[in-house]
Amino acid sequence: MDKAIKRYFPVFVLPTLLAFTMGFIAPFIVGVYLSFCKFTTINDAKFVGLVNYTKIFTDATFVHALWYTALFTIVSVILINFFAFVAALMLTRKVKGTNLFRTVFFMPNLIGGIILGYVWNLLLNGILLQFGKTLTYSSTYGFWGLVILMCWQQIGYMMIIYIAGIQSIPGDLMEAAKIDGANNWDILKNVTLPMVMPSITVCTFLTLTNGFKLYDQNLALTNGEPSNMSEMLALNITNTFYGRTGWEGVGQAKAVVFFILVAIIALTQNIITRRKEIQQ
Amino acid sequence: MKLKKWMAVSLAAAMTAGTLAGCGGGQTAETEAAKTEAARAEETKAEETEAAKAEAAGDGSVYYLNFKPEQADQWKAVAETYTEETGVPVTVVTAASGTYEQTLKSEMAKSEAPTLFQVNGPVGLASWKDYCYDLKDTAVYKDLSSDDFALIGDDGAVKGIAYVIETYGIIYNKAILNDYMAMDGAVVKSVDEINSFDKLKAVADDMQAKKDELGIVGAFASTGFDASSDWRFKTHLANLPLYYEYKADGISSTEAVKGTYLDNFKNIFDLYITDSVCEPALLSGKTGSDAAAEFALGEAVFYQNGTWAYGDIKDNDVADEDLGMLPIYIGAEGEENQGLCTGSENFWCVNSKAPEEDIQATLDFLQWVVESDEGKTALAQEMGFVTPFTTFTEEYLPANPLVAAADEYVKSGKTSVSWNFTTMPSEEWKNQLGSAMLEYAQGTGDWDAVKKAFVDNWAAEYQAAKN
Repeated sequence: MDKAIKRYFPVFVLPTLLAFTMGFIAPFIVGVYLSFCKFTTINDAKFVGLVNYTKIFTDATFVHALWYTALFTIVSVILINFFAFVAALMLTRKVKGTNLFRTVFFMPNLIGGIILGYVWNLLLNGILLQFGKTLTYSSTYGFWGLVILMCWQQIGYMMIIYIAGIQSIPGDLMEAAKIDGANNWDILKNVTLPMVMPSITVCTFLTLTNGFKLYDQNLALTNGEPSNMSEMLALNITNTFYGRTGWEGVGQAKAVVFFILVAIIALTQNIITRRKEIQQ
Repeated sequence: MKLKKWMAVSLAAAMTAGTLAGCGGGQTAETEAAKTEAARAEETKAEETEAAKAEAAGDGSVYYLNFKPEQADQWKAVAETYTEETGVPVTVVTAASGTYEQTLKSEMAKSEAPTLFQVNGPVGLASWKDYCYDLKDTAVYKDLSSDDFALIGDDGAVKGIAYVIETYGIIYNKAILNDYMAMDGAVVKSVDEINSFDKLKAVADDMQAKKDELGIVGAFASTGFDASSDWRFKTHLANLPLYYEYKADGISSTEAVKGTYLDNFKNIFDLYITDSVCEPALLSGKTGSDAAAEFALGEAVFYQNGTWAYGDIKDNDVADEDLGMLPIYIGAEGEENQGLCTGSENFWCVNSKAPEEDIQATLDFLQWVVESDEGKTALAQEMGFVTPFTTFTEEYLPANPLVAAADEYVKSGKTSVSWNFTTMPSEEWKNQLGSAMLEYAQGTGDWDAVKKAFVDNWAAEYQAAKN
């Protein structure tokens, strides 16, 4: 079998590798190179060294977007995972109509971010109108609007992952705990939670990176208004690249910094939650 | 075992085919489209009786990246007519409102880049000057009535040519204004009396007070700060203090603006947001179509916009003969003689990095647009453009009541306000000004922030552009 794998390795890997190189590795390398350049279109890049990187942190909007995104990510990771886990617990208890609930909860995830942003923009503006305000009146409204939107969209998805985790817990483990006199809370704390740790790893990873990379919903919901105060990192990068003449390189440099940041955070998170996973 | 092997191989093959098809799909479709295009072109060419025309067509093609969404369909039609007539394929792509620079930037990086694009004036030209073909020896430049409508580079090359002259001011509803003037205690009895900011304010304030009797919601349509509308204020309204400052200092552009007329700017902006159809706190979400609808449905009397807005407001509650335009008075000295704001921020540029034959095809296309009857009719009548070309004689004036209103002002000897906003340092400057204006309007910021965005940021952005 090993021999077969070795022999056919190129046949299986090559197509994907080719696509991956064309679609990811090559643009990535070009992108990193461009962050050291001054250019209008990517064809006329001129190497300028580290100038772009020094400009990043003199740009107040970037620093603001950085902590705004961080705050959003923290809030959304906590809320989404909490509610998704609760929903998963409830929907693994053989309640009537479980399947219907699961499907309905999952459905928002099938709608594209731009449309969701637009729909929620209308909804939230409709509500805020009663109070004589709009979503873009201040960045606080935009922030919570975005949190609500993301919860609505992602809870269902994370719920499915948690359900899979909970269902894979062996029944005898639960039974043994019950016989030993554990109440519901004890079971949750000492059996369920440790057993679904792999799901938690996956879900926190997904929500964390989704929070940081959030773009379409941000664009469609507030587009950074007012005064770029509800602008998150990804949107800030696009706006720098396309919105400011002569700042294309800076936008590119921001993107590289952004990549490193997300990579570090995601890897750290992975290591931390992995450690808590136990072997079944 | 053999069966397994075959399965593996065929699966792998299927996967490869799938992947590559994914990459190539678009390409094939495109080449096929190109092929049919070519075939059709061949046919038309064959039908062509004049050999000269077929020759002129050459093998170049035109790709026009259009700025004006209002005229997207008309440009498509023009392109089709031209292709039918000459066999030269013309592609027209229109960027969504407010995303032109962004679209242009990504399109220009492609191998099939636009051959014809536009810049919005000297500042826009600065970022694209290396891509502008010198239009000095072209027919379209020779047809231009004056060099005022061309963008001339430092080296004397003609980088861009204006193709439309536009006018903006405060569009008003004559019917409602007449109703008001017929009322007892009206501040003015004739629209001619409104010739200063004080008069305008008095009228607007009074109309706002009597809005229920007049059956309107407010005097001014919403001063919306959604991206589809904020340019009316951060760019067009901000032109007025700029115009008076330039005039007082006798200059035509500057790297450090003083903001002499910012108090006047505040006055007019205050008027807009006070005598309005909506609460200032709602402005951040109001769009361009909201304002157009408010005016077109007779909910508001005044609506700051330009000749291009006619398409959005016609065929509604406001009859064509009820459309008028007032100058935007800000209370500067000598404003009794102030006319409407007239100028251009739409300059055609030909991509100098395009292949030779495409450049030639583009120049031919432009010549056709401004010289042939079909082209002129499309530009003037269908798109409603007033153009700066000598080829457009009297009969090629668009049927647009707003254009007629603008003409009247010029004929009555009023001084048009030039479009100095083309010298604004950058989009970023406009955005920051817009944000500051919005925050001031909804009460979350103060006027000092607007001043700062106007004056300090001007110098900062000019400085940044140099580095």
